[in-house]
Amino acid sequence: MSQHSADNHSHDHGHGHHEEEAHGSIKSYTMGFILSLILTVIPMVIVFNDLMGRTGTLAVILITAVAQLFVQMWFFMHIRDEKGPRYNLMALSLGILLVITIIAGSVWIMSFNSYTQ
Amino acid sequence: MWDSIKEFAADFFVTGDPLIYGADVSIALVSIAIVFVLTYFKKWKWLWREWLTTVDHKKIGIMYLIASLLMLFRGGVDAILMRMQLALPDVEFLQADHYNAIFTTHGTIMILFMAMPMMFALFNMVVPLQIGARDVAFPFLNALSFWMFLFGAMLLNISFVIGGSPDAGWLSYPPLSELSGSPGRGQDFYIWGIQISGIGSLATGINFIVTILKMRAPGMKLMKMPLFSWSVLSASITILFAFPILTVTLALLFLDRYFGAHFFTLDGGGMSMLYVNLIWMWGHPEVYIVVLPAFGIFSEIVATFSRKTVFGYNSMVFAMMVISVLSFFTWVHHFYTMGSSADVNAFFAITTMAISIPTGVKIFNWLFTMYRGRIKFDLPMLWTMGFIPCFLVGGATGVMLAVAPANFQYHNSYFLVAHFHQVLIGGVVFGYLAGIYYWWPKLFGFKLDEKRGRWGFWFWNIGFYLCFFPQYFLGLDGMTRRVYTYGWDRGWAALNFASTAGAFLMGVGFIFQVWQIAYSVRKGERDKTGDIWNGRTLEWSIPSPPPVYNFARVPQVQHVDDWWREKEDRENGIVRPQPELEPIHMPKNSGIPFIMSSFWFLIGFGFTFDWIWLVIIGFLGVFGSMYARSFTYDVDYYIPVDEIKKTEQKLRGATT
Ligand code: HEM
Ligand SMILES: [Cu+2]
Repeated sequence: MSQHSADNHSHDHGHGHHEEEAHGSIKSYTMGFILSLILTVIPMVIVFNDLMGRTGTLAVILITAVAQLFVQMWFFMHIRDEKGPRYNLMALSLGILLVITIIAGSVWIMSFNSYTQ
Repeated sequence: MWDSIKEFAADFFVTGDPLIYGADVSIALVSIAIVFVLTYFKKWKWLWREWLTTVDHKKIGIMYLIASLLMLFRGGVDAILMRMQLALPDVEFLQADHYNAIFTTHGTIMILFMAMPMMFALFNMVVPLQIGARDVAFPFLNALSFWMFLFGAMLLNISFVIGGSPDAGWLSYPPLSELSGSPGRGQDFYIWGIQISGIGSLATGINFIVTILKMRAPGMKLMKMPLFSWSVLSASITILFAFPILTVTLALLFLDRYFGAHFFTLDGGGMSMLYVNLIWMWGHPEVYIVVLPAFGIFSEIVATFSRKTVFGYNSMVFAMMVISVLSFFTWVHHFYTMGSSADVNAFFAITTMAISIPTGVKIFNWLFTMYRGRIKFDLPMLWTMGFIPCFLVGGATGVMLAVAPANFQYHNSYFLVAHFHQVLIGGVVFGYLAGIYYWWPKLFGFKLDEKRGRWGFWFWNIGFYLCFFPQYFLGLDGMTRRVYTYGWDRGWAALNFASTAGAFLMGVGFIFQVWQIAYSVRKGERDKTGDIWNGRTLEWSIPSPPPVYNFARVPQVQHVDDWWREKEDRENGIVRPQPELEPIHMPKNSGIPFIMSSFWFLIGFGFTFDWIWLVIIGFLGVFGSMYARSFTYDVDYYIPVDEIKKTEQKLRGATT
């Protein structure tokens, strides 16, 4: 949702700096969109047509998912063109740390199932 | 025809229990009364213009406050009902399934629909004023968050008269919460109520992170920011990373129930313990989310009423940031008994104990701040003094629970129930009440009456210890949580009876507080200066209640506790320069947050009752609202200088 008032707000708070940050072009958005579509279609085709074994399928799903994560951050979230204190980068680093904790932690914690079942 | 209506009604309404029929009647009467009063006094337009469409953070804060107090009442009534059932052995007041429904709604409401909104009330009431801003970063989104919360909460709240209550516990573990264990509608109400309000919570978290990072008054470096705002920042960061986990977990449960997936089922390769693992990845950070702002509140209050800068400002900030990150690394302490390996349990026992270190640092800092201060015991300080011993004991029993091998004894016993109520009531509720007493005069322009407040305080505190101390011993005597009855032969009667008596005392405390508010509306001490406590931070530099635009001139901050320093300067004859007034840029009201959230309500209701047509209407409405908002360009206006001058003159009684 466009938050019009927000940008203007910082302005009358006298923060001074309101250089409009470049928000990508139609071209980069289209690229991002098409790449995302491709990365979604690949695993779907493989799953629906049983093209690969279990491990292969899982690997493809994981790889395309992670690739899509980067595509979206690059093309839609403008992770590159941040100025000043790099809050986005900090948030992202913490996010990645926590995602790794969640996934690796769950695998470690839930692995008890393999010897109790 | 008649038969099918009867069949429908039997399915739609909850039937068969006289308590529920009583509730039906009172709900109907109250609704009629509200509609009548609004119509009679011609207040519909006023309600819409001033409240339902507002984007003013102060009004949104007040609405959060009212909603959370109502939810505290509802959760409290649930608590009293449970305590009545448990007062003596073999009581036949509640049936087993009714008891299940009540502890489930009590827990869910108290955490998600009482503690969270009361916290958001304080965020909204205080943060922009404290950092010298005119609103939050995204005022429209702020209104949307509130209405999403409210409609989500309503969805859960109507479940006990329509469709049936959830009854699988406040965290709804599968397989009980799967279709196989809970075929009724209650579980769907639970999922959708939490999902919808969860979106609101996440958005509020984002909103306050941006507000604090981007909208502080010029000169207010992060390390000059008041500690309450710091606590809001740390809680919001935790929200940002924790709530998505909740949303995903409940979405997977929904897929299981609705589309027959097998994430958490017992058959088909599902793994029900994975749900427990996931939900506590949200659940543990959640308890720190609600307690961090309480820490912030105490820091403000202790400094103000000891008339000293808080001791160890830097270590306070550091402790809160450490807590908000560490809180993501302790979740397994809620299910040591699952039987993961000893390594896993040992690791999480250590992280859990580690988190008590920064918490201890904060307690010492408060004590050192008070040391040799000229302390005044007004209500906010009184509640702070109630908090410290209570939270200390709660923390100590928490460390006992964290010892993994010992936990097998305490787990899911009344020892645990006593522990978490001690930190939730002693920490969170006492903290928020202290905050409400502290900032009430700022928002409403009058103080809450001391005398009735003191009665309320003592009833709450004595009631608290009488209610929950016996429960530690009941737990050690073998009473497990969520039992709805027990026999005389157990020897639990006396302790349980004492516990119930304590619950009633807390109820009396709450009644005193309601009386206190009602009394103070008419007779409370009026705040003419805007600085009723001789405060230290920016919110006390403006009139109470503040004008819509908060600050006529954006403050120029130089120090921690800037307002205090400015007052000292004035005494020494130094007056800071006053820049010229400028027109103030403000956001316009909008009805879209209310309308869009009510469509979300329809979506949740539709999924609960399997009425796909309603779901479709709901989604159309949601997308329609988003579309309408995207093409609304007329979203702001300016307050001209003349009007600011007039308002300030009226509020301050002098020319500015
Ligand atoms: C006002 C005084 C309160 C009383 C007398 C009270 C009493 C109770 C009782 C009797 C139970 C059920 C125990 C059982 O059968 O296992 C319970 C459960 C619970 N309470 Fe409270 N409570 C109070 C306040 C609160 C508050 C303020 C919160 C949270 C902020 C809270 C959160 C919970 C939770 C999460 C549960 C667990 C529900 C479940 O087992 O699923 N309670 N409480
Ligand atoms: Cu925990």
